[in-house]
Amino acid sequence: MTGQAVSVQARFEAEAMNRACGPLPGSLKVSVAGADLVFTREAALWWPEEATLVVSDLHLEKGSAHAARGLFLPPYDTTATLRGVGALVHALGPRRVISLGDSFHDADGGARLPEPARETLRGLQAGRDWIWIAGNHDPVIDGDVGGDASLEVSIGTLTFRHEPRDGEAAGEVAGHLHPAARVRVRGRSIRKPAFITDGTRLVMPAFGAFTGGLDVKSAPFAPLFPNGRFHAYLCGEDRLYAFPSRALSGG
Amino acid sequence: MLPDRFVAWFAMRGWQPRPHQLALLDHARRQRSTLLIAPTGAGKTLAGFLPSLVALSEPGGRRQMRITGRGVRRRGIHTLYISPLKALAVDVARNVEKPIAEMGLDIRVETRTGDTSTHKRQRQKIDPPDILMTTPEQVALLISGAEAEDLFADLDTIVLDELHALVTSKRGDLLALGLARLRRLAPHVRLVGLSATVANPGELAGWLTSAESPAEIVTASGGARPDLGLLISDARIPWAGHMAGFAMADVYTALKSARMALVFVNTRAQAEFTFQELWRLNEDTLPIALHHGSLDAGQRRKVEAAMADGRLKAVVCTSTLDLGIDWGDVDLVIQIGAPKGASRLAQRIGRANHRLDEPSRALLVPASRFEVMECRAAVDAANEGHQDTPPIRAGSLDVLAQHVLGMACAGPFRADELFAEVRSAWPYRDLDRERFDRVVDFVATGGYALKSYERFAKIRLAADGTWRLSHPRFAQQYRLNIGTIIEMPMLNVVLTSRNKLGRVGVSGRRLGQIEEYFLETLSAGDTFRFAGEVLRFETIRDSEALVTRAHDPDPKVPAYAGGKFPLSTYLAERVRAILADPAQWRALPDQVAEWLAIQREVSLIPRADQLLVETFPRANRWYMVCYPFEGRLAHQTLGMLLTRRMERLKLKPMGFVASEYALGIWLGADIGASLRFGRTSLDALFDEDMLGDDLEAWMAESHLLKRTFRNCAVIAGLIERRYPGQEKSGRQVTVSTDLVYDVLRSHEPDHILLQATWADASAGLLDIGRLAAMLKRVRGRIVYKPLERISPLAVPVMLEVDRQPVAGATHEALLGEAEDEIIREAMGDRASRFRAGAL
Repeated sequence: MTGQAVSVQARFEAEAMNRACGPLPGSLKVSVAGADLVFTREAALWWPEEATLVVSDLHLEKGSAHAARGLFLPPYDTTATLRGVGALVHALGPRRVISLGDSFHDADGGARLPEPARETLRGLQAGRDWIWIAGNHDPVIDGDVGGDASLEVSIGTLTFRHEPRDGEAAGEVAGHLHPAARVRVRGRSIRKPAFITDGTRLVMPAFGAFTGGLDVKSAPFAPLFPNGRFHAYLCGEDRLYAFPSRALSGG
Repeated sequence: MLPDRFVAWFAMRGWQPRPHQLALLDHARRQRSTLLIAPTGAGKTLAGFLPSLVALSEPGGRRQMRITGRGVRRRGIHTLYISPLKALAVDVARNVEKPIAEMGLDIRVETRTGDTSTHKRQRQKIDPPDILMTTPEQVALLISGAEAEDLFADLDTIVLDELHALVTSKRGDLLALGLARLRRLAPHVRLVGLSATVANPGELAGWLTSAESPAEIVTASGGARPDLGLLISDARIPWAGHMAGFAMADVYTALKSARMALVFVNTRAQAEFTFQELWRLNEDTLPIALHHGSLDAGQRRKVEAAMADGRLKAVVCTSTLDLGIDWGDVDLVIQIGAPKGASRLAQRIGRANHRLDEPSRALLVPASRFEVMECRAAVDAANEGHQDTPPIRAGSLDVLAQHVLGMACAGPFRADELFAEVRSAWPYRDLDRERFDRVVDFVATGGYALKSYERFAKIRLAADGTWRLSHPRFAQQYRLNIGTIIEMPMLNVVLTSRNKLGRVGVSGRRLGQIEEYFLETLSAGDTFRFAGEVLRFETIRDSEALVTRAHDPDPKVPAYAGGKFPLSTYLAERVRAILADPAQWRALPDQVAEWLAIQREVSLIPRADQLLVETFPRANRWYMVCYPFEGRLAHQTLGMLLTRRMERLKLKPMGFVASEYALGIWLGADIGASLRFGRTSLDALFDEDMLGDDLEAWMAESHLLKRTFRNCAVIAGLIERRYPGQEKSGRQVTVSTDLVYDVLRSHEPDHILLQATWADASAGLLDIGRLAAMLKRVRGRIVYKPLERISPLAVPVMLEVDRQPVAGATHEALLGEAEDEIIREAMGDRASRFRAGAL
């Protein structure tokens, strides 16, 4: 299956039929490099076959990182983010959780983690594998936060790493770019975090409470999808919305 | 009263000192602060400076050397002049230097603006001029420095120019706080306010000094009465719209006969449109120029210089030319579209003919039928000299937070003393101690219930009871983020061209700046109007939007055309009075009078104190239209709240559209029948209690509130200001204020910054006060007319229905719609079959 061209139309039919429900209302089943994945509206990835939950760019302790510079963002981002991860863990009971890099906003983030958050984290890790993939913000995971650290992880046909590589990268699942896509509808422009895939590789949206987005039509995405064709799955309040790249607005 | 030297100078210029100029001199001798209210052209600036020039020219008027703890230095600043525009500060400096030179006075005048070199600014602190011309932001910077005490110890006079324009904004709050500090540094300082005519001079006089002992008020007698007219085209007056395209031929004819005309419009989009339409008609190739805030500054300066030289026939401009400098010999002002307020109109008219003895000439060009009534009302109000400037509102807490940090930068402060100082500023006179303390706490560590940032505190309470800055880098941060003007994030627009291979070039001429949010909605190939041309959007590269010249005459993407200012309450009242009184219709063009006459026949004409509500079916939907005349912002809020209520009543509201004059709601249920059978009552629908829980619930999710929050967060120093052109480098570093807002609301809904946001939004974008007053006014006075079809009065707002984005529909619903469209496009007819199968 890998690298095989799939017509836009066929993909749409397949996807629309695969509106998943059950524990993940509003999510969508999408195949990437032959693996059947589920994208959730909360911006997480669920791989049922492997009982693996993937979240990217949590940026924990972003609030306190700014506070250290005199910009006092609300000190509730870590709580909010972990609450989101917790809800998914409880709903799905994954065997394995992968945090796809930039889990902490900076290298000291793990050390700054307040005790209650640390406890929450321990609770989430109990009884399952927890993998911290290294990111550019947190190349080394420090500060007694449990789990295993790794540069990247390969499972089946998929490779999980933080920064996507230019050119062909079949089976790569990455984060880093915080993709967000914009659709213009009846004079209004709507922008949401989005999963971006051409069926062979995937860029995940950021999961953290304070993480902004980068437009998928901007330059850093170009080398990842050389023919400019991909699908964006926009994370809405109630469900995901699928659009081919040509239907998106932006430069 | 005037020293000989000055008498001789007046005589040499062939002038007589005007009574108000002498009155100001007299008050100055008695050390009284003064508010001068005068029309443009009355010699206001000279009046403001005359007492300072006299004082500085007298022997002993200038203290020579001062010995301070820091050593021997020259005297401090004698007179501080503060203007809302840096260009005005520079211009006034030039005007004041003239009499100084001609009388040979030894007085040094300097300007200090954002453009002044660092070197000069440093020098000014050590060796200050006698008179310093500057802006409110520079004042905030100066008083936050350690040398403020030396600099302002000798301060004798503060002159505030265009005060009416400053006090109604957050800049006014910042300035008021700055003045409170200057009064402490120089207890005997005298304030002089220069203002255009306002509705409530007493309030402004109190703002200058204090409510207990307001400044003296001097009113210069007005000049000749302006010569005002409505430009009524023979062409058909449109039912709706803002652009007045139909009247351009008449506008062109009118400006042809003028020496130089200023063509005022309300928005940038209107300016672009009007400019292009006029050039389309310009067979005489008259020099007609364009001036608005988004154009490249160099381009604007060129236009201003050409005006001053008398090289232009007309300039199409927005409020950028409302204030300040006399650019040349303007003898005609044309206002396109409704003026929105009587005082706004009067100030614009004042831009013509700066000689008191000749009347200013102005023409109003209504763009639609409702605007005909509004323009009529405005002309009547201006002829009666009526003013409707808004009242000064309570000071914002975000601005206070900025000021508190600034004061910590100046030196350690005691909370008690600073609180008293802050309360001496007019906008903060009713501030309570609890709020003040919360603001200080916010500055220190963010003011959160969860005290986790103590170790990062910006200011700390020392053992001696003073608050002190914890690190000098916070002073630097403060200086970079000073001010209350928050621009939308902007991108440079660069005109480039395609090479032979069809590739778009990367460099070219800078045309100006456009809001990033607008550019991001464009796709390559979309065309829009800017800088007097139709441009084709190519791409965004770094912080630049690359465009090429488009060859189609009409742009594909219309820019938003609504004005920034809502119709003033006073003008609204007058419009309702015109509408209610058929005798006044005779003064309106036939088309408009006929329109109203038919309305009277098929529906009804409400009395001035009534609210008319109509319902009618149309194309499988039911409509309800009401006519409060309270401005678009208040109508929009009313629409949001009414549709929420209707949803609960199972009336199936589907969307609404708000104009300056009316609100139209469309529904999936027969609202007429519901009213007829008493299932719903209009009194209940329009009950004031909608401003309770419903408002609260809606505010929580409104994007208007998020926009307001962003501004408050920047002003208060929660996030850093983004400068135009600044690299969008660290997207992981940039903070999305929308997300911060969501997190803060869910964890600490009572946070001080959310309070500031709420206060700001209810006074601004939501116009709650106005809506509340309207609901109260119409209680028991709602007149209802059930109709079988649309009424004449309803036509304008119904036309907007098809034109505007659906205000009521949620983002999510729209996304679903767009997705369906794509699926239909991809699969043709099979879409519906397929969908059904999936179920």
